[in-house]
Amino acid sequence: MPTESSTLLPFASRHIGPSPKDVSEMLAVVGAASLDELLAQTLPQDIRQRRPLYLPSALSEAEALERARQVASQNIAMTSLIGQGYYGTILPPVIQRNILENPAWYTAYTPYQPEISQGRLEALINFQTMVADLTGLEIANASLLDEATAAAEAMAMAQRISETERTVFFADHDCHPQTLAVLKTRAEALGWQVHVGDSMRDLDASEVFGAIFQYPGTFGEIRDFREPIAKLKANNAISVIAADLLALTLLKPPGELGADIAVGSAQRFGVPMGYGGPHAAYIATRDAHKRALPGRLAGVSIDSHGNRAYRLALQTREQHIRREKATSNICTAQVLLAVIASMYAVYYGPEGLTAIARRISKTAAVLRAGLVALGCKVSTSAFFDTITVDVGARRQEVLDRARDSGINLRDIPSHHGTSCVGISCDETTTRDTIEKVWCAFGDSPETAARRSVELAGARGDIATDLRRSSEFLTHPVFHQYRSETELLRYMRRLADRDLALDRSMIPLGSCTMKLNATAEMMPLTWPEFANLHPFAPVSQAQGYASLIAQLGATLREITGYDAISFQPNSGAQGEYAGLLAVRAYHQSRGQGHRTICLIPASAHGTNPASAHMAGMDVVVVRCNESGNIDVADLRAKAEANADRLAAIMITYPSTHGVFEEEVRAICDIVHSHDGQVYLDGANLNAQVGLARPADYGADVGHLNLHKTFCIPHGGGGPGMGPIGVKAHLAPFLPGHPEQPDGPSIVGPVSAAPYGSASILVIPWLYCLMMSGEGLTAATTIAILNANYIARRLDPHYPLLYKGRFGRVAHECIVDLRPLKNSAGVSVDDVAKRLIDYGFHAPTMSFPVAGTLMIEPTESESKMEIDRFCDAMIAIREEIRSIEQGQALQDNNLLKNAPHTVLELADETWQRPYSRMQACFPKGVSATSKYWPPVNRIDNVYGDRNLICTCPPVEQFQAAAE
Amino acid sequence: MLKFTSDHEWILVENDSATVGITQYAQEQLGDVVFVDLPKSGASFEAGAAAVVVESVKAASDVYSPITGEIVDVNQEVADNPSLVNSDPMGKGWLFKMKIADQSQLDKLMDEQAYRALIAGAPHA
Repeated sequence: MPTESSTLLPFASRHIGPSPKDVSEMLAVVGAASLDELLAQTLPQDIRQRRPLYLPSALSEAEALERARQVASQNIAMTSLIGQGYYGTILPPVIQRNILENPAWYTAYTPYQPEISQGRLEALINFQTMVADLTGLEIANASLLDEATAAAEAMAMAQRISETERTVFFADHDCHPQTLAVLKTRAEALGWQVHVGDSMRDLDASEVFGAIFQYPGTFGEIRDFREPIAKLKANNAISVIAADLLALTLLKPPGELGADIAVGSAQRFGVPMGYGGPHAAYIATRDAHKRALPGRLAGVSIDSHGNRAYRLALQTREQHIRREKATSNICTAQVLLAVIASMYAVYYGPEGLTAIARRISKTAAVLRAGLVALGCKVSTSAFFDTITVDVGARRQEVLDRARDSGINLRDIPSHHGTSCVGISCDETTTRDTIEKVWCAFGDSPETAARRSVELAGARGDIATDLRRSSEFLTHPVFHQYRSETELLRYMRRLADRDLALDRSMIPLGSCTMKLNATAEMMPLTWPEFANLHPFAPVSQAQGYASLIAQLGATLREITGYDAISFQPNSGAQGEYAGLLAVRAYHQSRGQGHRTICLIPASAHGTNPASAHMAGMDVVVVRCNESGNIDVADLRAKAEANADRLAAIMITYPSTHGVFEEEVRAICDIVHSHDGQVYLDGANLNAQVGLARPADYGADVGHLNLHKTFCIPHGGGGPGMGPIGVKAHLAPFLPGHPEQPDGPSIVGPVSAAPYGSASILVIPWLYCLMMSGEGLTAATTIAILNANYIARRLDPHYPLLYKGRFGRVAHECIVDLRPLKNSAGVSVDDVAKRLIDYGFHAPTMSFPVAGTLMIEPTESESKMEIDRFCDAMIAIREEIRSIEQGQALQDNNLLKNAPHTVLELADETWQRPYSRMQACFPKGVSATSKYWPPVNRIDNVYGDRNLICTCPPVEQFQAAAE
Repeated sequence: MLKFTSDHEWILVENDSATVGITQYAQEQLGDVVFVDLPKSGASFEAGAAAVVVESVKAASDVYSPITGEIVDVNQEVADNPSLVNSDPMGKGWLFKMKIADQSQLDKLMDEQAYRALIAGAPHA
């Protein structure tokens, strides 16, 4: 029964910024008589959907949370000792509240404007240092999507850096099964083979370009890989170790064993299992291979005053620059979770982490000793947290008895000729749990209780020469913040340095920085969503099943696709999975020679990078001066490659923010040559409720749930990139070893069947609270807001592209290139001056160099949008002063931006303009001023002098804090 | 003899060996160079094959071998100090030396005048 307040003020009115009065005023400015007229002038008529979205009526926030509780109650969060890469862990409450539940951290964008991202960049440096130290390698990146894909990235990296022409990669059979499956999927598309076997017996180092070992093994055993690693090195092959970070506090690290690369997950550093995610995965390597690293890398540099400052380093490896030659297609990663893991390490320090590891190791030892006393055949001898027990015919009985007492053990039906169960202890495993496990094996509660007292002195058994002797986490940051008060203040200090959505609009084109509503976020930390193991029995995850089914149905209704896979956990991963589906489809029809992927020149860098990973060859299609696909060029290239054409990748509306009139014709051309149409869903925010990709020609495409559907950006992840397909591609969606009834032709692309499942709660609740009407209104206002900005700014900064009626879609591009000639002003200068006005700059130089792409989203109010336009116009006036010779080209408000409070306080202010002009330009209030902590950062210095771990203490003290 | 390619490489020919680098225009377009990925001595390249990658903070540019030949020397100084490519692209910022396999390929390249005409018409970012 809707309450008074919910009918008066439905959630949609909280999500959407402009009021009805604002909307009227904005319509007048853009010169449209009504929203319908604006839409008719913006979207081509022939792609409009014929009917409104059929979705259940909108729920209020209270009703939605009640629904979430009902669905949560269908999940049973048992004690899962399944292991296999996912473990119970305790997120310290102070970190939960102040990072995971804090919009200052979760609404932040990727740190491409480093001056306003120093807080999260420092947390990422801490993360990288933590990983480098623990793995004993020199350089680690700022997170990857999950352990299995990190292993696949390491395989690709090994191929890049090994100086051989070999195409075989060896994987030890003790790797996690999902890792082996993802490796095979990745290798197959690139024409490599994965040999799985026992590295001590089956590895022929002269035949492979690299090998991966699991440490400890998935079934628990800790083995010494130094010999196979030495053999690989002697044969110019690369060794990769997938290592458990917590175990590395006790074990000799991969670097000291001679490994070239280490990968793994940071999940057990405080991040709940979340039914598969999100978690930060890591990759680390030797300094010599740093340029081959995938993903983002936080680095240390200096600002214009020589103060230490952080930034993203070596971006030239990444897809937005190298495109199909990038080290990887990865874009969105898992930054928020890396930040959480880094704070866990800061809070516990090396002694705390080691103590947790020792306790786990001891718990496992007690467990093992008890099972041995019970007469069980434990096959693990040297272990950290995991043991495997040969139970033969009793397997089901043991599993059932454990389940009846609330415990999930790992089901290993067939292992070296017998049946086993696996048991992994973790930070949450209590003595009570161990006793219950013994009872599952036939012990009585009374004997179990006695035994746990008797065995209290049992010790873990790690061979002396594999015990860690080297120090780690020696940097002061891992020692200084051990009281809750100190950690709280540290996290607050870092957050205060950053500009996130909780402070002002972030008008980044194509990022869709819309509201991440609190109600959507709240259920994430409920135990019924947070504490489910991804491989727990499906009967315990009926809440998730229900939620995923409902969200899938909603997304199908919105897009017109026939089937959805939630496995990919980023847009780029979705592209990769979607293209694999296309490839498999062609192969199934005897057309496996179709390997050409047409990609417009304006496409986002992930497109060609993903195509390359899916084993396709990229042919670039030209765009004309209007920024649209040159249809004649497309026709010619499609014809020229007709019998080898696999697909086209299009973005719609285009990356230029225009609804190209010829989209149907473009799809038809490709279809006529038996190619498939992949639609990049990054710009879906301009279509929801108005047009459906599958209706106007798309066969497959991803959705960015962290754009259109409110999952927060987190500073660079988590994301979710599910793909939708038309029915003919459904059999080629990615399968997963844990889903034997699912698709089975294409292997998995992620470690967990539903990617980062727990954050699916967010789009699910968003859609429930908006319903079809609200979603359509959101799209409409997103388009209105963008057109309003375009109208207000066009007289000052020419609009680069417009549609047929002079309209833009949900984003617009303004051209700053003339200002280079007239005033010596670059896009960077404007972006940094916007910081002085309290804004994050729009997207710089994508898709066109020297431009700004502006996307307000529907969540921004007219007040905030006007504040942004006013700032941009004021900056244009500042530029005019330079053009007219009143200000110097090399010393002005823009060139010296951003200005810091330290500069303001300096007695010797020697700028040719006033302090007020610099720091409090028109519209900037003294009481809500955002101060960037550093001046403009020297990017060249940072890439020429690469430092990616915590700088030494002396530098700490030198920069005035 | 000094010749140029339409991809903004220069090649200085002395008998049957040549020195190759990128032009002033190219280094301006790239911005500050932070890294140069040089080939190994002994590697062979066909005319038009990518031999070097020059990276700035915002771009990574392939440098193509103007002619077919074998690399006999690479400029270690540039590897250690990439900014030489910006400060002295035609001199100290040379990238590699190679043995010329086929002298006739040089005829297809532009002379200085033709190259100047090319960049006069080219857009500056």
